Amino acid sequence: MELFNLFIKSVFVDNMIFAYFLGMCSYLAVSKTVKTSAGLGLAVTFVLVVTVPINYLVNKYLLAPGALAWMSPKLASLDLSFLTYILFIAIIAAIVQILEMIIETFTPSLYSALGIFLPLIAVNCAILGCSLFMQERGFGNVGEAAVFGLGSGLGWLLAIVGIAAIREKLRYSKIPKGLQGVGISFIITGLMGIAFMAFMGIKL
Amino acid sequence: MANPKKLLIEPLRKTNPVTVLVLGICSCLAVTAQLKPALVMGASVTVVTALSNFIISLLRKGIPSRIRIIVQLVVVATLVILIDQFLKAFAYDVSKQLSVYVGLIITNCIIMGRLEAFALSHEPWESFLDGLGNGLGYSLILIIVAFFRELFGSGTLLGYQVIPQSFYEAGYQNNGLMILPPMALIVVGIIIWIQRTRNPEMQENNQK
Repeated sequence: MELFNLFIKSVFVDNMIFAYFLGMCSYLAVSKTVKTSAGLGLAVTFVLVVTVPINYLVNKYLLAPGALAWMSPKLASLDLSFLTYILFIAIIAAIVQILEMIIETFTPSLYSALGIFLPLIAVNCAILGCSLFMQERGFGNVGEAAVFGLGSGLGWLLAIVGIAAIREKLRYSKIPKGLQGVGISFIITGLMGIAFMAFMGIKL
Repeated sequence: MANPKKLLIEPLRKTNPVTVLVLGICSCLAVTAQLKPALVMGASVTVVTALSNFIISLLRKGIPSRIRIIVQLVVVATLVILIDQFLKAFAYDVSKQLSVYVGLIITNCIIMGRLEAFALSHEPWESFLDGLGNGLGYSLILIIVAFFRELFGSGTLLGYQVIPQSFYEAGYQNNGLMILPPMALIVVGIIIWIQRTRNPEMQENNQK
């Protein structure tokens, strides 16, 4: 139940886009058609589910204050948390690279669907942001971290598919000249965010 | 060598990274509920863009192009760690407010974008100025958004009461919506609207 609660919360309440604005750049750039945005959304979800638990383990056994105690008691007083950023981003970049190779070898059809988006994801702030939130909130075990990654990814997918669908329709609407394109996307995202605020405070 | 003044001034208006190129939106929206964190964030990003542009430009002949993204990430991450430690030491409360967004400077697309588009092909000094200009362009938008959000959302600027008490007694109320995340998006949308109405050549054609 606890896990399910966390999942629902990370999809709707703490939505990566509407509550924290993470991954906005690719969200605005790629959301022109539903098909490509669903592809990017899936890729983000996939990478989040893999990287958040791995970064959780790295944080727990390498970076947190006193985390190195399992190696030898002498290291128990060591605090490496200042290395968080560089280690997390290196792990994310490496995993994205490895995933790309694995997908290319074993499922070429998935690769051609996600292909161009995968390398972009290494510098998507939603991925690094999710790992940093995971570190800040101090989850109890790997399972919680994985569920958090899955929920955040699905929330991001939901948001980008939603805006893409609206933008496809918008092509036929009359919009003031200066607002066309990026401007209106910002305002619509804001309105969607207000709608999503209705989920605030949900507890299962 | 390109005109240094142009390198510095252009990103503030014609090629503004936030409103024209639509880069670096994430942090721009998240830290603008108040003016003070926005100022700190703008300064941090400016320092990181300028220095990383400079360093990458120095190294550009030695970086194999296949692994350049990793090299860039390492340089940027190192600079961000320095900034983070600096903020924790000298401005602890602001650093707590900014929370994960300091770390997210690493994945700020303005930095990667300028490294890719400018630093890899220009001299160090020009790259430094370009980074500085883009950082300032980013800070400018950040400050405008934060100014309106704090003024209308809390009636304060930098924490000082600006809207006089007599207004509140006459029935004026703070607009709580301005503090909430969605309003940041709408404020940026309006800034883009004003800018593009004044510069018609920037407008996008929806029918494409």
